[in-house]
Amino acid sequence: MRRQATIALLVSIALGLAGCGSTSSDGSADRSDEVKIAGLWPLSGSNATQGNDVLHGAELAVEVVNGVYDLDLPLAREAGLPGLGGAKLTLVTGDTQGKPEVGASEVDRLVNGGGITAVAGSYQSGVTLTASQRAERLGVPFVNGESSSTALTERGLKWFFRTGPSDETFATTMFDYLAARKAQGDTVNTVGILHTNDQFGNDGATVTKKVAGERGLQVTADVSFEPTAPDLGSQVTQVRAKQPDVLFVLAYTDAAIKLMKTFQQLDYYPPSLLAYGAGFSDPAFLAGTGAIANGAASRSAWATEIADKRPAAKAIAELFQKKYNAPMTENSARSFTSILALAQAINDAKSTKPDAVRKALSALHVPAEQLIMPWDGITFDAKGQNTQARGVVQQLIGGKYRVVFPKEYATTDAVWPMTKAQP
Amino acid sequence: MTDLAQAVVNGVLIGAVFALVAVGLTLIYGVMDIVNFAHGEMLMLGMYSSFFAWSLFGLDPLVSLPMAGFAIALTGALMYYGVIARVLGKSPLAQIIATFGVQVFLRGLAQFLWTPDTRTVTSPWADDLRLEVAGVVIGGPQLIMAIGAVVTTGAVALFMNRTKTGGAIRAAGEDPAAASLMGINPKRMYALAWVIAGAATGVAGGLLMNGYSSSPTAGVTFVLMAFVVVAFGGFGSIAGAAVAGLLVGVAQGVVGLYAPSYTLAAALALYLLVVLVRPQGLLGTR
Repeated sequence: MRRQATIALLVSIALGLAGCGSTSSDGSADRSDEVKIAGLWPLSGSNATQGNDVLHGAELAVEVVNGVYDLDLPLAREAGLPGLGGAKLTLVTGDTQGKPEVGASEVDRLVNGGGITAVAGSYQSGVTLTASQRAERLGVPFVNGESSSTALTERGLKWFFRTGPSDETFATTMFDYLAARKAQGDTVNTVGILHTNDQFGNDGATVTKKVAGERGLQVTADVSFEPTAPDLGSQVTQVRAKQPDVLFVLAYTDAAIKLMKTFQQLDYYPPSLLAYGAGFSDPAFLAGTGAIANGAASRSAWATEIADKRPAAKAIAELFQKKYNAPMTENSARSFTSILALAQAINDAKSTKPDAVRKALSALHVPAEQLIMPWDGITFDAKGQNTQARGVVQQLIGGKYRVVFPKEYATTDAVWPMTKAQP
Repeated sequence: MTDLAQAVVNGVLIGAVFALVAVGLTLIYGVMDIVNFAHGEMLMLGMYSSFFAWSLFGLDPLVSLPMAGFAIALTGALMYYGVIARVLGKSPLAQIIATFGVQVFLRGLAQFLWTPDTRTVTSPWADDLRLEVAGVVIGGPQLIMAIGAVVTTGAVALFMNRTKTGGAIRAAGEDPAAASLMGINPKRMYALAWVIAGAATGVAGGLLMNGYSSSPTAGVTFVLMAFVVVAFGGFGSIAGAAVAGLLVGVAQGVVGLYAPSYTLAAALALYLLVVLVRPQGLLGTR
């Protein structure tokens, strides 16, 4: 009995000591010629496809920084970070498994392991939420490129920076598109929202309602569904009953495919379907739905057609295709841009101390010409949001996404109603 | 009114599928008192085998159903001899950890072998079918899945209740010692139970490919429902699974019409309600 108690005591002491590791990183790299950043994305689980795509975008950015490329992009033409004597950028990856609590504990694990200057992540807004909160407490900058939930930059955090557009920006883009269509004579009076019941879906619905109100459009349907719901017939039936002119959709891949099949089965398509990316941007969605998804439109932070307007975008898209045998997507483009911006901030700070990097991020200005994105540049406001990020609207026509708005990037006219795009 | 009828019809159709997915789970528990936490992954493997039969050999999911059934029957046998036989009679915790471990392993293996990408069979034959009765639409895939599910569930029930081998399996499940005195080899019956459960689950996976997509985590959606159905209908009862499946499906469909984000909660609430009155489930015996 005594022996058991002693062992128990020793085990609890050991666990206790392990648990109280140092809670702040002093930012010093293990080697002076290496700058370590942590990248946390869903590399397993139901969003692993997107997670790996995002990881590839980040890895490519690290390569561009460390190598010498004749491109008009920050840090491309020099090897490594010149502000730190040519130090190489190293990306340490962690798998969030798509779960908010794992994302947070991964931040703990990597940052407490020492030597991490900043953290990047984490695709799903729900995971980015918790992971960045942990980074805030540990006093390490958290840079996000691909999570769009507006709530992320409304928390008053000092260490969180989002380079990509928020769903509010995307909503604004989509409502601008709708205004343009209304001017062309299409009926745009009522709005419906069909969304997945999680951080991304709920925040997106909230912001859609807000902007709809501002633009004088009535929201007649707001229907949500469980992310793992096997049947969406009832939800689509509800939407059909309200007959909205425009239906906003927030769904990940499986649900997006299920939705299109349900629309086809019930022979109901809204005149215009506008998705907030996510599942609709996944190549597996295109492969899985074929012709029945034609006419669906989606907001996007990037499109391959942008490459024609920005030479650096074309070169990077080709590099990506060659390296990973898959096309660059708006997710990998966004993560690429966020890592490049982070690298530039570290370079500007000439230091790996988290606080110096944070100051450099707050002061960062990247002009539009030095981006592969269709944005006006990168400048963070006090909330950590890049106010110059923009979205485009693309529509599935003939099995391929084509940019239809804004005019400067559009390669074709939108098809309205969406059934006109179907065979 | 049509909307409600549509919701009920949808619910019945998907309820039949829930029932079939639950059959394998309830069979294993009924015979061996083991909860197979890798059940969803067996379903996922069935879906993948159907997908690859289509993408590699151009076989429609309906045509490759026997293949899917056979593949997962084999998987069931492998699982039994490889893992389950070693934890038989050991502590329940060891058994739980064992099947849970297989779950994690299979998910990782699927992602490793086939990438996490979602795979869909585009334009299965079932897609060409579409019925409309009094304003209620019955999609081909849903109908085919439901019919296939009902037939397969019935076949398993018939086998278990009306054949000698089925009786032998049930005997081994009730009292292995007495069964062996009657000349039945309990271990072989257990293996057979796993084979049948695997076959039913493989067929379920193949049927699901008519309307759903496969990915390493595809098992998650349906296995949650399967657990609810098994507990609701009574552990070990195939008839219970059938009834519970339909009830859960209809509940989800109807609730989805009025409170769409509470469909899962509705299914679980129904289960809790029944379990308060009848802890062993609708048709359970313990």
